[in-house]
Amino acid sequence: MLAHLPVLQVIVPLLAAPSCLIIKRPVLVWMFTLMVSGAAFLISIALLQQVLASGTISYEMGGWAPPWGIEYRIDELNAILLLIISAISTVVLLAAQTSITAEISEDRHTIFYALYLLSLAGMLGIVSTGDAFNVFVFLEISSLSAYAMIAMGQGRRALWASYQYLIMGTIGATFILISIGLMYQMTGTLNMADLADRLPQVANTKTVLVAFAFFIVGVCLKLALFPLHMWLPNAYSYAPSIVTAFFAATSTKVALYLLIRFTFSVFGYSFSFTTLPLQELFLGLGLLGIFIASAAAIYQTNLKHLFAYSSVAQIGYMIVGFSVGTSAGLMATLLHVFNHALIKGALFLALGAVMYRVNSVQLNDFKGLARQMPLTMAAIVVGGLSLIGVPLTVGFVSKWYLVMAVLDNGWWPVAVLILLGSLLAIVYVWKIVEVAYFIDPEPGTPQVSEAPMALLVPVWLLVAGNIYFGIDTRLGVQMAQSAAQSLFGGSP
Amino acid sequence: MLLCVAVAIVRMKDLLAVVMLLGVYGLLSASFFVTMDAVDVAFTEASVGAGISTVLMLTTIAMTGRNESAPPYKHLLALVLVVMTGALLVYGTMDMPYFGFAEAPANLHVAPRYIQDSMAEVGVPNLVTAVLASYRGFDTFGEVMVIFTAGLGVLALLGLAKPPKDGDAEIDLLHDKLHEQHLVLRVVCKMLIPFILLFALYVQFHGDFGPGGGFQAGVIFAAAIILYGMLFGLSTARRVINQPLVLLLSGIGAMLYGMVGVVSMLKGGDFLDYSVLLSDPIAGQHLGILLIELGVGITVASVMVIIFFNFAGRIEYLQRKRSRDKQG
Amino acid sequence: MIVGLYNYWIVVILMMIGFYIVIAQGNLIKKIAGLIIFQTSVFIFYISIGKVDGATAPILADQFSQYSNPLPHVLILTAIVVGIATTALGLALIVRIKEAYGSIEEDEIQEKDNQEC
Repeated sequence: MLAHLPVLQVIVPLLAAPSCLIIKRPVLVWMFTLMVSGAAFLISIALLQQVLASGTISYEMGGWAPPWGIEYRIDELNAILLLIISAISTVVLLAAQTSITAEISEDRHTIFYALYLLSLAGMLGIVSTGDAFNVFVFLEISSLSAYAMIAMGQGRRALWASYQYLIMGTIGATFILISIGLMYQMTGTLNMADLADRLPQVANTKTVLVAFAFFIVGVCLKLALFPLHMWLPNAYSYAPSIVTAFFAATSTKVALYLLIRFTFSVFGYSFSFTTLPLQELFLGLGLLGIFIASAAAIYQTNLKHLFAYSSVAQIGYMIVGFSVGTSAGLMATLLHVFNHALIKGALFLALGAVMYRVNSVQLNDFKGLARQMPLTMAAIVVGGLSLIGVPLTVGFVSKWYLVMAVLDNGWWPVAVLILLGSLLAIVYVWKIVEVAYFIDPEPGTPQVSEAPMALLVPVWLLVAGNIYFGIDTRLGVQMAQSAAQSLFGGSP
Repeated sequence: MLLCVAVAIVRMKDLLAVVMLLGVYGLLSASFFVTMDAVDVAFTEASVGAGISTVLMLTTIAMTGRNESAPPYKHLLALVLVVMTGALLVYGTMDMPYFGFAEAPANLHVAPRYIQDSMAEVGVPNLVTAVLASYRGFDTFGEVMVIFTAGLGVLALLGLAKPPKDGDAEIDLLHDKLHEQHLVLRVVCKMLIPFILLFALYVQFHGDFGPGGGFQAGVIFAAAIILYGMLFGLSTARRVINQPLVLLLSGIGAMLYGMVGVVSMLKGGDFLDYSVLLSDPIAGQHLGILLIELGVGITVASVMVIIFFNFAGRIEYLQRKRSRDKQG
Repeated sequence: MIVGLYNYWIVVILMMIGFYIVIAQGNLIKKIAGLIIFQTSVFIFYISIGKVDGATAPILADQFSQYSNPLPHVLILTAIVVGIATTALGLALIVRIKEAYGSIEEDEIQEKDNQEC
């Protein structure tokens, strides 16, 4: 069975989705979903070990050798992403039953979990596959289920947010489809490794250049890179809390993975960084994103909105690391992918707990909440500190490596700007702390009690991860380093 | 021709006309596909572009109204963006191999094996079916899951907790009257429906040899049921078609596909390797393709039915709500 | 050159008309219509790649020896299905939006949201 792990990683959740319809009873469906996600998590651990022990794994779907058949190809980069996605999904699911009981009517729970599994399987599929067109198919599985889940949020704004996301997401996916078509036209293959072999021969054609440009634009739409981020704040804010926590921690990371995979492995470093002014473009957009989105976050009164804008800013950091174009920069980006998943997973899940008790995430309703929900608020504070990049949290680790990578290149103004960006994060995190800890609740507001254990345990699991990996940095740094180095393979 | 229709759609204010033109657009592209030798694609595009999506659009318009009130805006910026993107694409076409060029890279590297060897390796004359179901069977599995996702999504959005009871006499009466007017249509269709179903089965099992396959068959099969629903009223159709059962079927179709893959894994092959299903690889391929096409057909047909019934059910629900509001 | 690339240029124009409808029109249904045109033209582009002059449809028969490339056909079959799935979901969203907002015009919905704030 060990040889089948790559495909099991994806088809276990994929086939579990229709099985949900057979089980029907909401509580059982939840337990089933949790088990499936847990199984996916175990598989991803086993896969990572296999990759570390014996190098890249290739799996041939239908027994057809690539490039004729579809290949699953797992190397260190994929394995790390698979681990992040399935781990976050499992922790988030622990809290799911309690949280969605409050937010979604019970007759839709079964459908919700089936969609959740589809979305999970879609993301895992995008990351595992070694075939360009297969990426598109699984991208659509994860996107369609995402649109549907976001629309299940409370209130009519969820519908509107979902529709906007659907339009933007479909445009992005169609751009990617055009790009794949152009690549196929010039090379006659869809397999990524084969594309990497054959693209250099046609690298100086206009068609390949356009293919690259379309791919970048399409992925950046999905990635919500500034200024293509307009869909993200609403989609995150009005979706059910569980969905927000899951997506904020994973879905943009998958798009980032695609960006890294195609620029480094498919088009190749020298093509990607020399034919287009990609480096300057991404550096500029990344920095702009950090500042504009952080500034926007400061003015938000809805905390989900606030952290959503902060997500756009964090994507800016990742893109800056990417644009450095060195192994160190890429490593900082990967590290931040891992760390940001922990941070935002914890923060949005904690907001879910607030939502469960207070039924609102407006800043005004946080007055004095620190006394009523001390553990939840403490989690938000630790998450916030991590977001700023205070030492002993994971946020510090990735910012440290990012600044080092930037300085290595002699870009000291950029390093200064990154630190200034962190100051903005202090402002918006402080805003929350101030309201929750130092302002008394308005008289007449009902007392609320601490969130139930079912929500607190997963929140604190993630918070503990924030601190643990902030102190013991070896594991994360090692993995990110070896993945980054393997991507840089022969190139300097 | 396609261009004219597309331009007309931009200018048109009446949404009903837009939808009709969109149907025409679908049909035109289908015929365009035929001239480019893509018969399977044409078949699908005709049933989807001119069929299913038109029906869905019409039901939507029935609920939202057909007039576009606000003028289009953001003209200039959008135009600049579009012209830039278009210019970029045209720039990209400059180095493309010419249309119809047999030596183009796309036709040289991977594709020849499908054309030359698939008869020996898969044993199916329709090359599209061979590639779709076997070489790239995993894509098709993904495609089935996409459809399944859409079905669940529509159900999550439009599904009603319980189907409306047939209590509202006034509306039912209205429906009955409406349907009596279409007596001729009803009789003709009642005779037609068995043939449509039969044709669907033919398309389902003949996909190995001619154009067709699970997806097209599923759509045709669903079309027969939708036709029935349109002419005999939803409540009658609901008596014949049990919704939870249809939902279950859509899952079962997807499971069937997946299970074929799992069985081939248990038999020592890779996921979806049909050759190991039977002792003779070619027979195994045939069996595998037959089963997965059946899975595709079941899922597609049931999802289409789910989608249509939930759209139409929503209309009914809105009508009842409105009449209740009036009475209350 | 004009003859050789003519087909692709038409496709590009179609794509851009669809793309224009999606981003410039305020009516939600029309946006979906734009998406359909946009996607369909991408389908035509793919099928154009696989066309071979003088060849026939890729169904093996004794009297033919040259076939068009079946691979783009397969890809597009999948893409058409993905397209209709997106359309169905988008339309379902529109129905719910109409119920909740009483409008399917982008600016009116935006206005109603702003008023609430």
